[in-house]
Amino acid sequence: MNNKTFTLLSPALAPLLALALSAPAQAQVEIQWWHSMTAVNGEWVNDLARDFNASQKDYKIIPTYKGTYDESMTGAIAAFRAGNAPHILQVFEVGTATMMASKGAIIPVGQVMKDAGIKFDPAAYVPAVAGYYTAPNGQMLSFPFNSSTTIFYYNKDAFKAAGLDADKPPTTWPEVVLAAAKLKASGHKCPFTTAWQGWTQLESFSAWHNVEFATQRNGLAGLNARMKVDSPLHQRHIENLANMSKQGLFVYKGRGNVPEASFVSGECAMINTSSGFYGNVAKNAKFGYGLAALPYYPDVPGAPQNTVIGGASLWVLSGKKPAEYKGVAAFFNYLSSPEVQSASHKRTGYLPITTAAYQLTEKSGFYKEKPGTDVAVTQMIRKTTDKSRGIRLGNYVQIRAIEDEELEQVWGGKKTAKEALASIVKRGNELLERFEKANKS
Amino acid sequence: MEKRVVFRSGWLPWALLAPQAIVIAVFFFWPAGQALVQSLQQSDAFGTSVSWVGLENFQNLWNDETYLASFKTTAIFSILVAVCGISLALLLAVFADRVVRGATVYKTLLIWPYAVAPAVAGVLWLFMFSPSIGIVAYGLEAMGVDWNHLLNGGQAMTLVVAAAVWKQISYNFLFFLAGLASIPKSLIEAAAIDGARPWRRFWTIQFPLLTPTTFFLLVINMVYAFFDTFAIIDASTQGGPGKDTSILVYRVYYDGFKALDLGGSAAQSVVLMVIVVALTVLQFKFVEKKVNY
Repeated sequence: MNNKTFTLLSPALAPLLALALSAPAQAQVEIQWWHSMTAVNGEWVNDLARDFNASQKDYKIIPTYKGTYDESMTGAIAAFRAGNAPHILQVFEVGTATMMASKGAIIPVGQVMKDAGIKFDPAAYVPAVAGYYTAPNGQMLSFPFNSSTTIFYYNKDAFKAAGLDADKPPTTWPEVVLAAAKLKASGHKCPFTTAWQGWTQLESFSAWHNVEFATQRNGLAGLNARMKVDSPLHQRHIENLANMSKQGLFVYKGRGNVPEASFVSGECAMINTSSGFYGNVAKNAKFGYGLAALPYYPDVPGAPQNTVIGGASLWVLSGKKPAEYKGVAAFFNYLSSPEVQSASHKRTGYLPITTAAYQLTEKSGFYKEKPGTDVAVTQMIRKTTDKSRGIRLGNYVQIRAIEDEELEQVWGGKKTAKEALASIVKRGNELLERFEKANKS
Repeated sequence: MEKRVVFRSGWLPWALLAPQAIVIAVFFFWPAGQALVQSLQQSDAFGTSVSWVGLENFQNLWNDETYLASFKTTAIFSILVAVCGISLALLLAVFADRVVRGATVYKTLLIWPYAVAPAVAGVLWLFMFSPSIGIVAYGLEAMGVDWNHLLNGGQAMTLVVAAAVWKQISYNFLFFLAGLASIPKSLIEAAAIDGARPWRRFWTIQFPLLTPTTFFLLVINMVYAFFDTFAIIDASTQGGPGKDTSILVYRVYYDGFKALDLGGSAAQSVVLMVIVVALTVLQFKFVEKKVNY
């Protein structure tokens, strides 16, 4: 009876057995990639992994969505402590200093590429992007992936209705105030708002006007950086916004990217926010819209300079096998090719992070076809100064929260611009001192 | 008269206690011990370099004005949540107890919110009160109330208290309803025959007999307001505007899980633990004396 069953089954089993036996010969090295991309951008990440996996046989990238940026970072940290961290982790720009300070937990990307024998030239990257992820000693620590910057969006239909020239967005802050007044006079309840108030109105604002946000080259040069946002120019700007708020020209719509919804719905006519907001506007706005460079104060020497980056980069975590790191290097090499970069840029609205990718995109005529998509790029691809290269501070997540809290008190009329900025400096410095102490090596 | 069961075996009572004791040890004493240890340390996010800092984390808290301010915020929030939650639930329970027709429907509907996760409750109320799109905010604006909890601290507090109370009312309601059901009908009927009106019957008979329930709920609601509400705050106001709704437990959550400052967060949770233990002891010492069992 037993024998009979066996003979009956064996033809069916044979191919399976053969498969099982041959499998080790061509076993793929699996590489875990944790990310925080959702919806359209989540599909993009999956497509990148699929295309890379199809392009070669040795490695298999497995992308996994692990929640929002801070959730996936916390998750990876817990996993690291438990000894099963992913190979690649996508970390947002505010987490950069934390990752950099965790020397035992990460392997610099430059090192990973060198060990794998793959040529890797940091100079190929847009300076403002590469500079951000590079250690003071010149080594690139993480792989730039999805970088964005802050730009200005406006509602062309609302501009027309208010008697403004829809093809001439305001380029300076005084012009923004004038445009907002006209919009209000035409019955608009929310002429101007801003998302990510700390990032747009303090951080980007500083770089754009070539003033320090923090000492030590905004924290890029060392952990002993201290806040500098109480300068006369910062005060002038926040006072200006506070006055606009009092007159109903600027309407506060909340923290983070929450205010973006009020632009897409048509409620607010002008907004400062991330270039990564473009995809949402292009898909959902039911009115004519325009993209423009950030406004500036024309009397400030050196303005406009360049804006700083947001978005995220890919970090390689330690404690894995050499063969797996080779796979990581191969994947990064694939991601850096101008074709892949350019396609990603066109698809997502994130910045092209190498100069070659930018040139390729320009040649393809994309910027002419979709006017405004080059605003973010031209704001970024400039020669940077020590004050504008980027902002990288320890305990940055908390500093952002402090910026939110203090600015809210200005908009609410509880504090003057001067008091709030002084408080940001004081509270921020306490956190910076603590971070410096906790991460002394 | 004292009821007492005597075990002949020496190990059996311990064995019967063991499951509960183990649960408490694993889910309370062990984490609490970890928090105590971590509160004396500072480390980087990945825990690759840990250093002992003594009481420095506590000193940092002490020197942080915003932390001291959040004690006041927490006190206001907890008292509002406990008082509103208990009194509203009592009111509803008394009415639901009297309903003759369709009582089950009322009861089910009132118990429903308890099944909603705190974060969802936060989002729900946020939507209703969201300036310019929320249905309640819209109604308020029509009545001439300028609703903007993004900048008005008092309104933000109202919003989080409402969400927290709404979430807890079902729990309180259930206990009050059970308490009311256990009061012998004969007592109330006797009072009615003596000519006591419903209001008087409630204050002289039902309420005194409900004091054990009320006391129990007071303790539970305080603990709820202190520990269980961070998800509501996180989903609705994130502690803003400024720090106007930043209660102690929200800061523990934020500093630990978002900002990855584990030492500071642990120190805060130790402080919180001390406060709640002290409050509970106080409640048992003083308030319990007024309870009729």
